[in-house]
Parts: sequence; C-alpha cells; structure tokens
Amino acid sequence: MTDYEMVIGLEVHCELSTASKIFCSCSTKFGGAPNTHVCEVCSGMPGTLPTLNRQVVEFAVKAGLALNCDITRKNKFDRKNYFYPDLPKAYQISQLYYPICRNGHVDIKTSAGMKSIGIHEIHMEEDAGKLVHDPLSGKTMVDFNRCGVPLIEIVSEPDFRSAEEVTAYLEKLRDTLQYLGVSDCKMQEGSMRADVNLSVRPRGQKEFGTRTEMKNIASLKAIARAIEYECERQIDVIEAGDKVVQETRRWDDEKEYTYAMRSKEDAQDYKYFPDPDLMPIEISEEYIEKVRSEIPELADAKRTRYVEELGLPEYDADIITGSTTLVKVFETTCEICGAPKDASNWVMTDLLKLCNDSHITPEDISFRFESLGEIIKMVNDGKINRKTGREVFARVFADNVDPAQYVEENGLAQVSDLSAIEPAIKEVLANNEKAVSEYLAGAEKNFQFLIGQSMRSLKGKADPQAVRSALQKLLDEMR
Amino acid sequence: MEITAELVEYLEKLGRIRLSEDEKDRTQSELASILGYIDKLGELDTTGVEPLSHAIGHVNVMREDEVTNGDMQEQILANSAETKDGAILVPKTVE
Ligand SMILES: [Zn+2]
Repeated sequence: MTDYEMVIGLEVHCELSTASKIFCSCSTKFGGAPNTHVCEVCSGMPGTLPTLNRQVVEFAVKAGLALNCDITRKNKFDRKNYFYPDLPKAYQISQLYYPICRNGHVDIKTSAGMKSIGIHEIHMEEDAGKLVHDPLSGKTMVDFNRCGVPLIEIVSEPDFRSAEEVTAYLEKLRDTLQYLGVSDCKMQEGSMRADVNLSVRPRGQKEFGTRTEMKNIASLKAIARAIEYECERQIDVIEAGDKVVQETRRWDDEKEYTYAMRSKEDAQDYKYFPDPDLMPIEISEEYIEKVRSEIPELADAKRTRYVEELGLPEYDADIITGSTTLVKVFETTCEICGAPKDASNWVMTDLLKLCNDSHITPEDISFRFESLGEIIKMVNDGKINRKTGREVFARVFADNVDPAQYVEENGLAQVSDLSAIEPAIKEVLANNEKAVSEYLAGAEKNFQFLIGQSMRSLKGKADPQAVRSALQKLLDEMR
Repeated sequence: MEITAELVEYLEKLGRIRLSEDEKDRTQSELASILGYIDKLGELDTTGVEPLSHAIGHVNVMREDEVTNGDMQEQILANSAETKDGAILVPKTVE
C-alpha cells in the first residue's frame, strides 16, 4: 500500500482584546443580551461611516512582529461582498491586497524536534454576527453584538505534516498572543478559531492533493481528532479509486466524523475592492520600533530563564509559563519573598490544588497576587509555620483576606521564644510521666510522641525546631 | 468581457435579487455599455501608475479605543420586521 503524508495549512482567527469594536465605539464585551452592543455603524445603517480603532493596528503590528513578520508600510482595507444575515452591510471589511503582516514564521517543538512553520500573512478584519436557530418559530435569530469585533486572521503556509505539529503551533500562537495581551484566545468562547485545510499525497510527491476545509472546530483536542479522521477518509477515497472533492466539511466531535456541508454555490465570488470609506494607513519605521520595544518577554524566553536562572524544574516552568495569570502570580510572589523555588512550590502544589478543588482555572482566581509572597515570607522568616501558612493561603484564596492581618487577628503567629515554649513542654512532661520514664530508660521512639504532645499543647503555632531543642534540653536535664 | 444572458443570471443570484425578463435585457445592454467604457479607459497606457483607490490624500484617520456607545437595542430593533427576545428574526438560514 502507498505511504501517504498529510499536508495542512491553517487559518486562525483571533478576536483582539480591544475595549471597543474595530470601526465604531460599541463595546466588545462577550456575552451581553442580544443586540445591546450595537449601533448604526455596526448594524450597517445606510449613510454611516466607519472610523478605524487605533489599537487594532497596534495589536496587529505587535502580533506580526512577535511572529517574525514583515510589516506592510502602506495598508488598505478591502470589502469582501456576500449576502448572509450575520453581515448587515452585506460586505465584511477585511484586507485582501495589502495585509498588514507578511512572511513570518513560528518555531514549534514536537517529539521529532524543532520545526519552523511559515506565516503567509496576517490581516485585520471585522467579525460577523451570531445566528441561532429558533425551533419554536422555525426561524433564525440574529444577534449583532459580535458584529464589528476586531479580528486578526493568521494564515500559515501549508507546512504541517501531522496533527501534533498543528497542536504545537496553535498552543504557541495562543501563548504568544496572550503574553502580548493582543487576544485572550479562548477557543470555548470563540475568541480563537481555526480553519484546517487538509490534503494527502503519496510521500515524496511534490504536487499537493485536492484539499478540504474544516471550519471552526471548538478545541485543540477536537482539531487533532478531526485531522486524524479526515486524513484517513481522504486516503480511503483515493485507495478506492475515487477523487477527493474540494469542499467544506464539518467535524462532528461527538460522532467523530466529518461530513460535507451543503455547498454555497458561487460562494467564492466575493468581488473584493478597496473600501473607499476608510483612508489608507501608513506605518512608519519609528512606529514599528516603538511597538517592538513594548513586546514583553514571551513564553519560550521566560521558560528558559525560569529553568536556567531561577533553578525551577522544567515541568514547573512549563506549567507556570502555560498561563499568563500563573506567570503574574509567580513573578509577584518571587519579588516579595525573594525565593523563586519556594514560590514555584507554593504555586505548583497549594495554588493549583486550591484551583482544582474549587473547579476554577488560574485565570479565574480573585485574590490579591501579593498575598502569596507575603505568606511565604512569613513562613521563611519563622513568623508562622508551613502548616499555618497553608491555612492562611486557603483563606486568602477563598476570601482574599490580608495575610498579615489574618495571622495577627487569629493569633496564628508562631511561638519560638523559649519563655512561652518551656512552660508548655514542662506541663506535657508532667502529664506523661510514663512516656518520659520509658524514654529515659531507652525508648527513643517516645521522643516523637512527646514532640507531638508539645506541638498540640502549643496549638500547632510553635516553631517545631525550637520545640525539638527545648524538649531535648529538658529531657537531658532529667537524666 | 462579453455580458451574456447567463452572466446576468449569475449576478442576479449573487445579488439575491429577482429581475423580470425586461429588466434582464436592459441590465445586459447597460452593463455592456458600462464595460465598453471601462475597456476604452483600459486603452490608456498606465505602466508605472499606482492604482488609485482614494481620491483625497488623507491617511491614518483613526480614533482612540474607547467605548462611548451604550445600549441602543430598542432603536436597532425598531428597524426590523420581526424580533424575539432582543434578536432579529429572519427566515431560516442555520442548518
Ligand atoms: Zn457599533
């Protein structure tokens, strides 16, 4: 049997994290009641004019620079014309002839090693509205809230040869855009969407096979499954002596198969032309350098620094840099407590466990980030012990209490001064005469028992090291 | 480019409009004369001339990223034939 390889190109749409829409001053907030973030411009009323949001250009340039692209100096917007109820103007404002970024690349890491994926172009455009079928009336409900939300579309070269490469690329894109603050890239909310163009060909053949397109698959795992399925399907078609049809197919993630969508005949005839309502954009060298200087340290650089300079285990560095919120918590914590390894331990064990137990992701945590560093500092300074620290952090996590104040008000400060510890231990010794005499007669294991009793009588607040040495001293005196 | 009856029907479909037989004939001849004019312009030698898309010389007309529009749901919906729960109702398009 012939050995086939898959060839994949991706078109990734990301909603930009602007406050307002791309061509009007409506809010971009997700999840409002239908048509409450809509005005005469984004609903396509006759006679209205679009005005470009400055931040959209800056985000697009920033994304392009981070993805190693050339920035187009003379930009224009074009109209893509088609009729559909989610598009009230009957055209989408996009960029066909002069996309803002070109010729970039993204380096990804897979089990086979490093690979560079080409970025063909990135262009700016506006999102469309949302259509929902209403079974009661048998009609379609239209909500224009998403209409005019700014997007960048990142078009890759057909450089992928496996689902693993696609997943690695999408994760890298997501990390990068989140670090830049350009997009929150939440696939479940649709702020990152990938269209997969896939064909197969006998390994070694130069020409591409006929491709199909799979649109808007909802998660990274679903994309990987859809790719595996579609590749097998195309090979089966070819092996059976048939031809793959160029079409758009939809992935059904529950039944795990793709099916052809009813083809929109003549759909490709968009009659693009430059939008006369929007003036061209000229981008200067100074502007590009200004935006470049604002690019923060990105995930890869951070991961390397965490491992090499801060001494974190690679696994911990991977987990922390996988979330911009964890990065913020971790870096704030380091700054306050000055102990990166402790900071990562607390984040990796306590924080992630608390998130897990309350079924939230790190993005949803709501306590003051400085609190964790303050707790670790109290532990490291001997002010409270680790166990108390953990309890305080649970309260911080749940109710955002102030750690120092909470320790103070609840009398949790660790007792390490001998004048407080010794009387308590003496009492324990007096109450446990049998254990003491056995110990003095050689039952070493009773020492641990007496430590436990002493800690309990000090309500767990004592410095275990101080208790240990005080107990040892008192017992030695009894010999 | 020749404007055929088939092309007019194709444009009719793309534009989601319905033309009567009379209108189709008229459209065919009018489009032919418009394209004839464009072809005439095409005879000019424009080598080295950049295509002009904007007649006035403004560039970089932009606004700050600020939300100044509030909820205008009522006004927006006032323009639709039928609404439900804040949404505009249209003939079934979703599969
Ligand atoms: Zn608007």
